Amino acid sequence: MSEKTVDRVAGATPVLLARKIKGLSDRAIAWIFVGPTIFLLLAVNIFPLIWTVNLSFTNFKANRINRVVDYVGFSNYERILNDPDVWLSMQATAHFLFWTIFFQVLIGFTLAWLINKKFKGNDVWTTIIVLPMMLSPAVVGNFWTFLYQPQIGLFNYVIGFLSGKDASSFEMLGSVDLAPWSIVIVDTWMWTPFVMLICLAGLRSIPDYIYEAAEVDRASKLRQFFTITIPMVLPFLMLAVLFRGIENFKMFDLVVQLTGGGPGSTTELASIHLKREAFEKWRTGYSSAIAIILFVTVFGLASIYVKALNKVKER
Amino acid sequence: MSNFFNGLLKLRRGPWEMLATVLIALGVFMLMQPFVLWGFTYSFITTLVGTVMFIIVSHFRE
Repeated sequence: MSEKTVDRVAGATPVLLARKIKGLSDRAIAWIFVGPTIFLLLAVNIFPLIWTVNLSFTNFKANRINRVVDYVGFSNYERILNDPDVWLSMQATAHFLFWTIFFQVLIGFTLAWLINKKFKGNDVWTTIIVLPMMLSPAVVGNFWTFLYQPQIGLFNYVIGFLSGKDASSFEMLGSVDLAPWSIVIVDTWMWTPFVMLICLAGLRSIPDYIYEAAEVDRASKLRQFFTITIPMVLPFLMLAVLFRGIENFKMFDLVVQLTGGGPGSTTELASIHLKREAFEKWRTGYSSAIAIILFVTVFGLASIYVKALNKVKER
Repeated sequence: MSNFFNGLLKLRRGPWEMLATVLIALGVFMLMQPFVLWGFTYSFITTLVGTVMFIIVSHFRE
C-alpha cells in the first residue's frame, strides 16, 4: 500500500523537477526544504532588527523621507537615558508588570488548585474561567471602559455597594491614583486563566503515588502542599511568569483602549511612549533607540529566566 | 567565595553566568527604579554588558 503511495507521489512529480532533484544528496534536499523558512526568518525578524539598530544611530524621520539622514552616534541613547518622561514610562511599566504578575500567579494558581479537585461541573467551570482569555484585547478594553463608567458602570456600582460610597464619586480611568490599578485589574481578569491553565497542567502532571506515599508517611496536607505540590508546579509557574512578563513588558493594545496612556502620562507604558515618539512625533531614530533598549532588556531577562528554568527542571 | 573567584580565573561557566545574571538583574532594576535618575541613565549599559557577557560565557566549559 505504502509502495503504491510512494509510486504515486513520484509519478506526480513533474519530469523536469524530478530530473533536477535526482542526484542531490539528503543534505541538499534538507536545505531546499529548510531554506524558505530561514529566508523568511531573516527577512521578517533579523533584517528589521538590524535595520532598527542602524536607525537608532540616525536622526531619521519616517514622515520626511527625502530629508538628508545624519548619523548622530549615541546621542539618541544619551537623550533617552536622561529623559524624565521615558523614566516615568519605565516606572509605570514596572508597576504594571509587578502587580499583574503577582495577582495572576496568586489567583491563577489558586483557581488551578481548586479546579484540580474533582467535583461536579468541573469542566463547565474551566470553560467559563477560560472565556476572558479568548476575547480580543480591543473587545475587552471597550467592555471594561463601560464597566468603569462612574454613572452606569457595573464595576463602580459593585464597589459602591460594597463600600457604601457613592458609585459616581470615583473614576477608575480618570483618576491619577486609580488609573494604574484599573489596567492591572483588567489585565489580571483577562490573563489569569492563562496562568491557571499552565498551573493546571503542572498539577495534573504530579503522579498520585507521590501523595499516597506522603499519606503513608503521615505527612499533613500542608506539608504535602509545600514539599510536593509547590516544587513540582514551580517549573510551570516560572514558565507562566516568563510568558506573562515578556507579554506585559510590551503591553500596548489593552491599555490604549482603556486609558490611552492617561490621565496625563500615569498609564503611559514603555510601548505606548515608544508609539507616541514613533508615530505622533515622528522621531523614528529616537524611537528606534527606545525599541533597542526594550529589546535588550527583554532579551536579558529571558536569558536569566531560561537558565533558572533549566536549573529547576534538573532538580 | 574562593571557589567563585577560582572559577572566574579559570573561565568556568557557572561563576561567569552568575556574574552576568547579577549584571542583567541590576540593569533591569536600575531601569525601572523610581529613586535616582543616574541609575536609570546607566541602566542600559549595565544590562547590555550583562546580556552580551551571558551570551559569551554560556559557551564556556562547566
